Amino acid sequence: MNKKNIISKNISRRKLMKGVAAAGTITAMPGFVRYSQAASSAPIKIGFQVHRTGIGAAYGRWYDRTTQAAVKVINDGGGINGRPIEIVAEDDGTDPKRGAEALEKFANQHKCDVAFGTLFSHVVIGSAPRAGELKLPYFVVSEGHHVASGMLNRYTLQPGITDVKSQVQAMAPFVKNNLGKKVTMVYPDFAFGHDHRDYFSAAFEAQGGQILAKVPIPPTESSFSKYFPKIPRDTEVLYHVMVGPAVLTFVKELGEFYGNKSPKLFGFIDSVEAVDLSTPGLEFLDGSYFWEGNPRYAQSNQTEHDKFYRSAVGVDENGASVSDSKDVSTYAHMFGCWETLHIIKKGMEEAGYSSVGDRSKLIEAVESMSNMPLSQAHPQGAKIFNGKTHQTFGHQYITKMTNGKLVLAHTTSIEDTFYPDEVDYTKQSF
Amino acid sequence: MDLGPYLLFASLEGLVHAAVLSLIALGLSLVFGVMRIVNVAHGEFFMLGAVLAWWISGFVFGNPAIGFLLALIIAPLIAGVIAMSSDWLILKHLKYDPEATIIATIGILYIIQQAVLMTFGPDARPVEQPFNYRLDLYWFGFSAYKFFVVFSAIILLFSVWLVMAKTKFGLILRATQLDSETAQAFGIPIATVYSLVFGVGAAIAAVAAVLIVPIQQAHYLMGGEPLLLAFIVVIIGGLGSLRGTVAAAVLIGMSDGIISVFFSPNLAKIIATLLVVIVLLIKPNGLFGSEKT
Repeated sequence: MNKKNIISKNISRRKLMKGVAAAGTITAMPGFVRYSQAASSAPIKIGFQVHRTGIGAAYGRWYDRTTQAAVKVINDGGGINGRPIEIVAEDDGTDPKRGAEALEKFANQHKCDVAFGTLFSHVVIGSAPRAGELKLPYFVVSEGHHVASGMLNRYTLQPGITDVKSQVQAMAPFVKNNLGKKVTMVYPDFAFGHDHRDYFSAAFEAQGGQILAKVPIPPTESSFSKYFPKIPRDTEVLYHVMVGPAVLTFVKELGEFYGNKSPKLFGFIDSVEAVDLSTPGLEFLDGSYFWEGNPRYAQSNQTEHDKFYRSAVGVDENGASVSDSKDVSTYAHMFGCWETLHIIKKGMEEAGYSSVGDRSKLIEAVESMSNMPLSQAHPQGAKIFNGKTHQTFGHQYITKMTNGKLVLAHTTSIEDTFYPDEVDYTKQSF
Repeated sequence: MDLGPYLLFASLEGLVHAAVLSLIALGLSLVFGVMRIVNVAHGEFFMLGAVLAWWISGFVFGNPAIGFLLALIIAPLIAGVIAMSSDWLILKHLKYDPEATIIATIGILYIIQQAVLMTFGPDARPVEQPFNYRLDLYWFGFSAYKFFVVFSAIILLFSVWLVMAKTKFGLILRATQLDSETAQAFGIPIATVYSLVFGVGAAIAAVAAVLIVPIQQAHYLMGGEPLLLAFIVVIIGGLGSLRGTVAAAVLIGMSDGIISVFFSPNLAKIIATLLVVIVLLIKPNGLFGSEKT
């Protein structure tokens, strides 16, 4: 359209002068002067690698909302060392190649202090080496075991969300004692799903259970029925975890295939993350169990911290947006963004962070963290961070679908999720 | 699962796949047959149909069947009009030069994809099934709606054949396909026919999308795979041949369904692509293609 015309037709000279005057008043306001005059109060720039498009878009939307909410809370409380946080968001298309390019932009173009926020494991694995080369602290919110496995580098940390290996290890006893001994696993065929395949089967067999079959599904798949006949008939428990835009189709087709004759179902909430559980065709899920990183529905023992966090992000007690009950959040994962930003704040304050030259001091400060008690900064629950493996450990929740809602059935201890260290990143040089 | 029910399930899945595939490929084949151009944006018209179906059904409350029927009428119309205008705005000016139209339709592909992304967002959108009935076949369940998809596809294919074989419009299309210059000499308005065919081709793909979207969900990236499969089908069936397209779609759809279920979906794609190579080597014009092109 013709912009020039619109401006000259609709805005009179007097209005324009008013606008200029208003802008002048704003810059003369005390707060503005404080930030613009002193270099030390310039914003802390956090590069936010967000899955706005591609297969991770639903997660990206909610990671963004959670990030904005956390930044508002932190900035309202005085920012980091008196400096406000500024989020520089860059869409990575849920694509590893674009992920690495986004980090490049954060470091060289936007001069960000740190990068943060990636979820999908293949994007993390594709981006982390570049973060190491750029010497850019890279705080991921991904759940992948690749951080603690030693595959990545000293600049990549995961302090705000637990990893799949610790999650599935804590689930294995529950599945065996409450659901059954013969399990078939359905999982997405990429790094994240492989973590499930490898670590759950190992933990479950260590419990004396048996894995009957492993059914991998490409994360870009759009129809799933054709995979279901591969599930052996004597399966007692179907362990399902799926990601991507088609998760609703996945559970619907599962219901269509089995009706009410399915094996017992144990799912990772990922299979229905951002999915409205009242969708027709999902009734069969009633009575099935889910792992949740953080319970989507406000539980009867809801903490004041969850209440605060929930309302700050704009999520109702059913886990949907307060403005649209059909817009269901990725509640089991997105708390990781909130907690990670609070950890970055704490780390920067402890390190006396002032500029990009202090990046290694920041990493050392985070590495020295250990206990993170349940608080407004950690609404999902208490955590224990392992500075050597750059990975946090925390409580896991198992909920049961009851009358269309996920009701808490079991909470694991943090110790249930521990496993021996596989790497010591603190020995790597900066 | 025992072999019998396993095979039954695989065949049913294959049948649904074949039905949808034959519709998508039919649109592509029609455009190639009459206009002699390769429409790389065909998959995006399919995607457009699916996303529009979600959008249209969102306006209707109450029985989901009403929204679905409305979408079944309006979504193909909109997709068809968009296709016709892109023919009128772009392809016409390239004089349907084969190489130039390939590049131009790649451009149209990206324009449609990004426009949908910007307008409707990156999320997968569900459309409720017009009726929700699960057939319990003892060993497994199967959605009754999937049979409806197969049934609708057969009716649609039959109507296209009827139009092509029995009506004056069909005669005009066949004349244009056979020899466009002579047809023009006999007073057939070639430019209008081309525009219409391009629109109808896109509309048929959109119909296929509206049928499939209650099973799959609409998503801005969903156009890629059907395009590839549709190409495979029209190459095997013979470009421009209606019979060949349907036969090849059934062959590819059924084999894809059965191989996917028994072995792996990746193997099914590998075999389909291999089939293309074999057909091109043995019968370069496709199974039902005419000798002269």
